[in-house]
Amino acid sequence: MTRAPLPLPQAPGFLETRRIDRWWIQPTLVFLGFGAFIVYSTWAALQGNNYFTGGPTHPGAQQLLSPFYSPVLWDAAGLHSGHAWFGQQPAWWPSYLLFSPALFILPFPGLFRFTCYYYRGAYYKAFWGDPSNCGVGEPGFRGTKYRGEQKLPLILQNAHRYALYIAILFIGILGYDAWVSLWSIDAEGAKHFGISVGSLVLTMNVVLLGSYTFGCHCWRHLIGGRQDCFSCHKHQHAAWKRVSWLNQRHMLFAWMSLFWVGFSDVYVRLCSMGIWTDWRIVG
Amino acid sequence: MSSHSHPVTDATATRPVEFKIWRGDAKGGAFEQYTAQVTGGMVVLDCIHQVQAEQAPDLACRWNCKAGKCGSCSAEINGKPSLMCMTRMDTLPADQPVTVEPLRAFPSIRDLVTDVSWNYEVKKKIVPFKPREPDRPDGTWTVFQEDVERVQEFRKCIECFLCQDVCHVLRDHHKHDEFIGPRFLVYTAALEMHPLDTADRIADLKERDGIGYCNIGKCCTKVCPESITITDNAIIPLKERVVDEFYDPITRLLRIFRPK
Repeated sequence: MTRAPLPLPQAPGFLETRRIDRWWIQPTLVFLGFGAFIVYSTWAALQGNNYFTGGPTHPGAQQLLSPFYSPVLWDAAGLHSGHAWFGQQPAWWPSYLLFSPALFILPFPGLFRFTCYYYRGAYYKAFWGDPSNCGVGEPGFRGTKYRGEQKLPLILQNAHRYALYIAILFIGILGYDAWVSLWSIDAEGAKHFGISVGSLVLTMNVVLLGSYTFGCHCWRHLIGGRQDCFSCHKHQHAAWKRVSWLNQRHMLFAWMSLFWVGFSDVYVRLCSMGIWTDWRIVG
Repeated sequence: MSSHSHPVTDATATRPVEFKIWRGDAKGGAFEQYTAQVTGGMVVLDCIHQVQAEQAPDLACRWNCKAGKCGSCSAEINGKPSLMCMTRMDTLPADQPVTVEPLRAFPSIRDLVTDVSWNYEVKKKIVPFKPREPDRPDGTWTVFQEDVERVQEFRKCIECFLCQDVCHVLRDHHKHDEFIGPRFLVYTAALEMHPLDTADRIADLKERDGIGYCNIGKCCTKVCPESITITDNAIIPLKERVVDEFYDPITRLLRIFRPK
């Protein structure tokens, strides 16, 4: 396509636009929404405590586990959640480094959201002004040096499907956590079935996260979208149509699941701290 | 890019509306002020024609069908890339002047007319439709509806180039030499996803067509007068096909073992 440069009008200046609607509201809300989640989730991940209820230390309570901390590879020192795969904080962990079970977990769902097609479009606008909104001018320093996702570093966004594979594993683990939340263990170690508000919170969490994860654009491609002949691959076509339904609502589920996963941590944390009571509905 | 709604209840009532219309050419220009008498049901193109007939007979404006199907009267109305013939006056705020200017992603010819020939040059370079051998001796194929449904959405395109205009890669970054723009990604998707097509355009998409420059802002989808879901249904699926071919080691490995 190399040819004489087109005599184009000068690019608009930063935030220059002739739009007269309130175009700045959407990127501002996205900035505040993502910003609030990043600040809260970082704070919660660094706490390293109050991430569960029930288990050996709280007999009789429903076994709730914060999704920020699931799966628990190692419990923080002195805590026995009953969920840890490998026991207590490992001895090899350097004493000068802060230990929190969430630090091993949160990077993975974080990476899935960071590379998500919906979030990319949203945070490029809200955080980088690239552009701030449709038809609104960009910062002048980028100009023709713009690289987009064509070159490093953002070409790495093409690895989104690998983040998806891990996110699907997490849906299974969080589904198991929702099942475990239906049970409490008494002082003698016997299991009792019951449904509490917390069980519903964690169940809703996995439903919303699943709706977001399985509406992923990569998943839509891998499940059937890559085929040109749908009549030759009827099962893939059927799956593609169902995923397309979720994909059309990807933004909705992205926000709902983001809010709910944060709320789930708040709920478990406040119950663990004794500030809220996890009311039992059944059992 | 939402519009304000001020419905006109009395179709016969006339109200004066101030217009700021860009006048000039490639060397430069400025907005000039005009007043149009607007009655119920009028669209922006009606007002431009009124101004042309009564106040500025030398005002240049391209139009044809006045029905949203030819894609000729594309312009920026109050900063939003739109078809002048499909923008009703009662959807615009009544208390402020209406700004009408040419598309910003293409060279100006005069007033509201731009030179969009760059698009035709781009289109010529895309590998054309190459069907497989016919299914029957009479040279025909059998194609099922479910196979072409996806492509039919892309065929609705009227080539108004509003998506090209709003795309910041062209509009702000002037990447016309490295990026083909949403219109031609949709065109490529229509060919690439066609069940009869055998040509491969994935390497072109990655290198020459610069699909990676798209950063999924979905502005093209928002301005499309045919409501084509450009980003989700055309561009992202093509990006994923590029990933299959060039960035995913697992699919590359599987291709080695796949029967030819």
